[in-house]
Amino acid sequence: MDILRFITAGSVDDGKSTLIGRLLYDSKSILTDQLEAIEKSSKTRGNGEIDLALLTDGLRAEREQGITIDVAYKYFATAKRKFIIADAPGHIQYTRNMITGASNVSLTIILIDARTGLVEQTKRHSIIASLLGIKHVLVAINKIDLVGYNEQVYHSIVSAYQQMADQLGIQSINYIPISALNGDNFIQSSPNTPWYQGKALLPFLEEVEIDDTINLTNGRFQVQYIIRPQTAELPDYRGYAGKIISGIYKKGQQVNILPSGASTTIRKIELAGEEVESAFAPQSVTLLLDTDIDISRGDSIIPADETPQISNEITVLLCWLDEKPLQPFNKYILQHNNKRVLASIKEILYKLDVNSLTEEPTATIQLNDVVKVKIKTAERLVFDSYKQLQGTGAAILIDETSNNTVAAIMIQ
Amino acid sequence: MQPYTLNYLQQLEAESIYILREVMAQFEKPALLFSGGKDSITLAYLAKKAFSPAKIPFPFVHIDTGHNFEEALAYRDLLAKEFGITLIVRKVEDTIKKRNLKEATGKFPSRNWLQTFTLLDTIEEFQFDACIGGARRDEEKARAKERVFSVRNDFGQWDPKLQRPELWNIYNGKIHKGENVRVFPISNWTELDVWSYLKAENIPLPSIYFAHEREVIHHQGQLLAVSPFITIDAGDIVEKKIIRYRTVGDMTCTAAVESNATTLDEVVNEIKLTRISERGETRIDDRVTEAAMEDRKKNGYF
Ligand SMILES: Nc1nc2c(ncn2[C@@H]2O[C@H](COP(=O)(O)OP(=O)(O)OP(=O)(O)O)[C@@H](O)[C@H]2O)c(=O)[nH]1
Ligand SMILES: [Mg+2]
Repeated sequence: MDILRFITAGSVDDGKSTLIGRLLYDSKSILTDQLEAIEKSSKTRGNGEIDLALLTDGLRAEREQGITIDVAYKYFATAKRKFIIADAPGHIQYTRNMITGASNVSLTIILIDARTGLVEQTKRHSIIASLLGIKHVLVAINKIDLVGYNEQVYHSIVSAYQQMADQLGIQSINYIPISALNGDNFIQSSPNTPWYQGKALLPFLEEVEIDDTINLTNGRFQVQYIIRPQTAELPDYRGYAGKIISGIYKKGQQVNILPSGASTTIRKIELAGEEVESAFAPQSVTLLLDTDIDISRGDSIIPADETPQISNEITVLLCWLDEKPLQPFNKYILQHNNKRVLASIKEILYKLDVNSLTEEPTATIQLNDVVKVKIKTAERLVFDSYKQLQGTGAAILIDETSNNTVAAIMIQ
Repeated sequence: MQPYTLNYLQQLEAESIYILREVMAQFEKPALLFSGGKDSITLAYLAKKAFSPAKIPFPFVHIDTGHNFEEALAYRDLLAKEFGITLIVRKVEDTIKKRNLKEATGKFPSRNWLQTFTLLDTIEEFQFDACIGGARRDEEKARAKERVFSVRNDFGQWDPKLQRPELWNIYNGKIHKGENVRVFPISNWTELDVWSYLKAENIPLPSIYFAHEREVIHHQGQLLAVSPFITIDAGDIVEKKIIRYRTVGDMTCTAAVESNATTLDEVVNEIKLTRISERGETRIDDRVTEAAMEDRKKNGYF
């Protein structure tokens, strides 16, 4: 059975958590004791009606304030598909948590309150979805009950969103009018919106085709950990453990160790201790090589006929995630999968203005800014552009003093 | 199945192995918190795969409340021997004496809360910088929010409002001295995934996970095993029932499930049909307050 990973995004109070609760409730996927617990909690909170947002708003502070602070993950399955859902917070302050959830999904549901239409956070989350290369966007125009199920309101939001999406270059979009509170267009088409011809939410999610195919063409592998048992039986065993990011690796294959450039042959491939003839993404394997070369964590083992980029200067799109702004003269640690190198920002090319979607000059980089910068690293990286190969085009920046993850990086 | 594709369990396995290896690569003194339950057993088998042909490179730590199922202890010792693992056992009993802690009282005196003291003392004693645990996000609403690499402060505390961003599968385990990280390699597994994996891999389990006869009492709709650790009152009716366990925790707070399932196939089928969550059906300690788990985590719990 295939899996769809999706996130709900959009501005504060647009109904993201309620949507997930409603989807699980109406598809009878909430277990009885969990339902009882949220029923009880809804009562003590005095609103009488069951508050389905409580299914994912699990933290004390979230329940007290009626907002989402951090991403919650929910797992459910229908006869057709398995779903992993991330519920993102809408507050601008917690955008980094939305990015955390969005970095591992292939579909985003952007919620829009039918009464207000597009607001800044709608745009910000859409920009992030497009930067992260999320394959598909479903725009849910929510609280349609509060505008009398008005078709005109729906259409004007659709065209406003479409205009922005065209600017952002988001390719694959669908639109749906819903009421997360009442369940309109969740499991079946609602009689309240006879003018809507599309699928209801659950059938849509069950059937939407997402091109999630893993790249099996371009071999990419980074050494994660070196296994050396150093026992009497295996005194010289030296296995390079790691995840195949993309492509297929075969026994006997010619490979280069990058960035150093040494070449050798794969002598043996082990999968969980068993020898295999070949292995493929996204397996976690152990490669044994023909010659003894100096290889450390973070080095890449790449098929001889493959040519990833190698450089100590990269141009990247970057989302700043920390309260503390970028300190232009500080060094940061750049982590590119299993490789950590020192890095500094050499030049800020522009900042994306969230509202106008235009590129503006800027001298500073602050929380939630999306900027294009040039970065110089202390050692050469082996990478691809994020657009071509997400697995080798993504990286993070870590603040050397706080150890916090301060930026998400997509290499151009 | 098409060539070069992984089924769902294989995808989960690959991700978990990646996380386990990342722990070894990023930390100096990791340990695996081993309770003898199915989730930590799954972790043990994943760790074996991750580091094969080498032995599992970190010790297993059991925080022993003294309220154990004998079968789980026997299993623990056997597994440690078979896998050649260093097993560290620290007893809550000793912490209670040493720190002069007050034990919980009542009918089912749980040491769940006191366990945290022993855990933090053990982390301090061995200077562990990463503790690997078998928590899953589907278990509980606070766990559903926790990162795979969950950074804890000097006091082992989780701050749910200040979690580090965790992007793609790039894990940032950098910490200051004194802090530690709790790592949850099976975060994305559901209970059904765990059972299905145990079945697919033919992994042996402690016998209490399968149907057997046991003396139990009823308590608020749940079945609790008769043991020296709980108080049997005059009004309690002790009955013999055919039961199995869905989780293995303390005898004082783990409820049993009526069942005839004697094989993993049968258990998997029952889990597919159940309408009650694992914790809801088996734990009596989480019913105390709405945010019981969050509060424990904020105090240094797993
Ligand atoms: N009338 C109406 N109210 C709705 C609908 N969907 C959500 N709401 C209400 O809107 C409020 C906010 O809903 P949430 O689901 O918590 O919003 P959210 O988007 O998750 O908010 P954050 O996570 O804090 O950004 C709640 O009071 C909901 O009951 C809807 O379709 N119609
Ligand atoms: Mg919410």
